[in-house]
Amino acid sequence: MIRDQKLWAWHIVAGLIILVLLGLHMVTMHLEGLVPLRVLNPVVGKAPIDWENVVARGKAVTMPVIYVLLLGAALFHGLYGFTNIVREANPPRWLARTVTALAVVVGLGLFALGSWAAVAAHLLARKL
Amino acid sequence: MSEMTKVTYRIRRYDPNRDAAPHYETYTIDYTPGLTVLEGLWRIKETLAPDLVWRASCRMGVCGSCGMLINGMARLACNTQISDLGTDQLVLAPLPNFDIIRDLVPDLMPMIRTHQELHPYLVREDGGEQEGPTGEYYQSVHDLEQYLQFSYCIKCACCMAACPTMATDPTYAGPMPLAQVQRYNADSRDGGFGVREEAVAGERGPWRCHYAGECSRVCPKGVDPAKAIQLLKRQMVLDYFGLRRAKCPSKLVEKPANPKRREGIPEAPKPTV
Repeated sequence: MIRDQKLWAWHIVAGLIILVLLGLHMVTMHLEGLVPLRVLNPVVGKAPIDWENVVARGKAVTMPVIYVLLLGAALFHGLYGFTNIVREANPPRWLARTVTALAVVVGLGLFALGSWAAVAAHLLARKL
Repeated sequence: MSEMTKVTYRIRRYDPNRDAAPHYETYTIDYTPGLTVLEGLWRIKETLAPDLVWRASCRMGVCGSCGMLINGMARLACNTQISDLGTDQLVLAPLPNFDIIRDLVPDLMPMIRTHQELHPYLVREDGGEQEGPTGEYYQSVHDLEQYLQFSYCIKCACCMAACPTMATDPTYAGPMPLAQVQRYNADSRDGGFGVREEAVAGERGPWRCHYAGECSRVCPKGVDPAKAIQLLKRQMVLDYFGLRRAKCPSKLVEKPANPKRREGIPEAPKPTV
């Protein structure tokens, strides 16, 4: 049995990862005028969502790594939080176990799909 | 409320041998300045309802026996002045989140059992020293402050009654036992973090607490169980990642080799008993 201590510890770590990476996203996409990050927006004179910058970012190996990390952290943080909220309602044991099992299956499925999309986008960008 | 002359108690009554379900009964008594809720209960028992049952002992907020729900808030009846409630209408009920034994008496045994299971005592390798002490352990004022406020807990169960997680999660240990885990973990004389961690690492541990803070609000002794639970969470997360600063239980203070009495200190009076 995975003890709640481990799950909670990783829940906190996942929250910190989300905080850092979403902060990076905000700076890159929405605060480009204030904090220009040339590493992530390399094409000068173009907006962060312009095609040139999107392709340039997509070519970097770090991007799929960041996407996969953010995806894993967000899925774990969100789904563990969701199962905890369900348990707050004091469901029967079988229902709590079913919800947990569903969260694991859905989480792993979405993680696989999202990871494939991130890697595929990177490979596509490198061909352009 | 200086004009108050009468006070009305609406008390939830339940005798499992007689009643199918709890019900409320109303009693009106004379009010005198300084009357506490507990003293009012004694007056009702003496004059109106001799079969009314509650639990009380010290009458001074020390023993923690008379915890009950007073106008919707878990309090000690002995510690609550009626004049402080701002009304002459009192509604009393047993502490929620516990089974009722009778009238205002909750069954606190589940809490006591959980408390026992979490090792609420100093865990050391020199167990014999605790059974037959030969000296004192080192402990600085700073060390003492790490756990002192949590040691003021009188196990009155008001925090357990106020906790919303206790109301919905039967597996949760509750604020009192978890605060006592932190109380002993934070004690510089203790070396039992590991055994207590094993006891609370699962679903009855501090993880279900979402910091409503009601336990700290109702505590009649000013203890902050919510803070203790957050500190416990932090220590356990750090320990999981191997980042917790492990402490050695403090050692015995060595006795001075040649103790010499300072001049000018008078002799203690001889025992009279």
